[in-house]
Amino acid sequence: MAKQMRIKRNSQFLDIMHRLSKNKAAMAGLVLIIIEVLLAVFAKFIVPYDWNAIDIANANSFPSLQHLMGTDELGRDIFSRIIYGARYSLSIGIFATLITTVIGTFIGAVVGYYGGTFDNIIMRILDVIQAMPPILFNICIATALGSGFMNTLVALAVGGIPGAVRLVRGSVMSIRKVEYLESADSINCSKMRTIFVHVLPNAISPSIVSATMNVANLILTAASLSFIGLGVQAPTPEWGAMLSASRNYIRNYPYMVLFPGLAIAITVLALNMLGDGLRDALDPKLKD
Amino acid sequence: MAKYIVKRLLWMIPIVLGIVLLIFTIMHLVPGDPARMILGVTATPEEIEALRHKLGLDQSFFVQLANYISGLFFHFDMGNSYVTGVSITQDVLSRLPRTFGLGMISMLVSFVLGILLGILAGTHQNRWQDRMCMIIALVGVSMPAFWLALMLVLLFAVKLQWLPAGGMGSLKYYILPALASSFGGIAGIARQTRSSVLEVIRADYVTTARSKGLKEKEVVLKHILPNALIPIITVAGASFAGVFGGSIIIETVFSINGIGLYMMSGITSRDYPVVQGCVVILGIIFSLCMLLVDIAYAFVDPRIKAQYEGESKKKGGAKA
Repeated sequence: MAKQMRIKRNSQFLDIMHRLSKNKAAMAGLVLIIIEVLLAVFAKFIVPYDWNAIDIANANSFPSLQHLMGTDELGRDIFSRIIYGARYSLSIGIFATLITTVIGTFIGAVVGYYGGTFDNIIMRILDVIQAMPPILFNICIATALGSGFMNTLVALAVGGIPGAVRLVRGSVMSIRKVEYLESADSINCSKMRTIFVHVLPNAISPSIVSATMNVANLILTAASLSFIGLGVQAPTPEWGAMLSASRNYIRNYPYMVLFPGLAIAITVLALNMLGDGLRDALDPKLKD
Repeated sequence: MAKYIVKRLLWMIPIVLGIVLLIFTIMHLVPGDPARMILGVTATPEEIEALRHKLGLDQSFFVQLANYISGLFFHFDMGNSYVTGVSITQDVLSRLPRTFGLGMISMLVSFVLGILLGILAGTHQNRWQDRMCMIIALVGVSMPAFWLALMLVLLFAVKLQWLPAGGMGSLKYYILPALASSFGGIAGIARQTRSSVLEVIRADYVTTARSKGLKEKEVVLKHILPNALIPIITVAGASFAGVFGGSIIIETVFSINGIGLYMMSGITSRDYPVVQGCVVILGIIFSLCMLLVDIAYAFVDPRIKAQYEGESKKKGGAKA
């Protein structure tokens, strides 16, 4: 009897995971991401060369068995640099999204739940920030903070907060009047407990999809910032910085520009496929 | 209708003021003393003090802000460049047509190609046309614009030598930059067009249109597209952001002497008033584009139009 009960109780999470696992593109994306994370974590054991080992004798050599993706103008192995670069690109994307989502969710949930003047003021400020193309806002903050890994991460995280706030606020407002919140109120549950225990778990799913997409977007934006010299700086093997450094060699050594860009495109593509799959899995309209 | 436009125009004032306030504040937080930077390490403290006074840097934040805003809005003066000493307004205005022209061409390309691909995909759901369009779109949103630009240069300028790699001139100089900066927009618009076409394609009025013997082309253009257009316009509006925000990158890759390249030079030489001026101008252009998008909604959707016309009639005046 107890066994039967357990089978019947399908949690929403398992339901979503089940639907997600049926989506081939999303699974392919997930596998790619996992491989990349593993490569980034165990980079030390995988790369054939030190990412920063200068070898002038072998500079500018085209891809071969010795150097799978060739070497750059200082003879550094591009394959090793790209593997190490995954650390920077992925961690900027993931950590900046984490910061954005945590802060955005907190502000969004509070203003969405309380509403009123406070909500109005916050939303007007966000209106102004969102009246600018996002990358311009990122460029402004990055200019003010200066270049470097941490500063780029902060600039990207701050730039994403308005979108995250708006999203959470919207879904919190849509469930503000439901009965279980009323009953939470009636048993004198504290406001903060109501928001974080009862409101958020039911309003968080759009944020999950948007966070996946956001990681992809931030990787692109971080690469763009590095490319124009505001993000991570040259000797660091961040993909955008590598592209920026090898740009001048495009005529004679096109492989230098090809591989870092491919790395970015594949990562972002995988994240987008996963994000698309998650959105479909969370969309109740498609629920079977 | 007129009332709606006026209302929307008035709302622009606080938004633009807010943008200026925000950017000015962020740029004010940049560490370092501009006067010391302009004069270099050999300057005496008296010289630095004199320059600080001349630039107004010895005044409080609020006085500087008020001066900047009044300069910008009453005299269209954005200060002078730290490096060249030339008026930023002049520099920006002389470069604006290139950035704006390229932006408009890119938007046109994104809109037309995006909608075409989206319709093709939506009307052939789950067939090879659909798969192909969606793969193009997915790859399109995943590629960094500057890398695509470099790859286009590599293929069409270096290998095939069909098109120039950069610079300015006749129309063919615009082909590669426009393609590179519109690709993201094409992808976004195509994805949205497909899903909104799929939403309306099974509606009763589409079946009716088909059963009364309309050609497929007419069904798509007169019955499906108009009803699918609203969400497409929203996405198109967002791709304005990509085009104007991305101008800094595209103009750097193709060495087009527009606002983006000017901002880039400001960033590399730490010429903050230049960066500030460029961001303010691009921000204002972008909000104007969003204003046009909002007005376009009302033109496309008779319901929105009726809402505003009905409102003004109710209030007793046939102003609209």
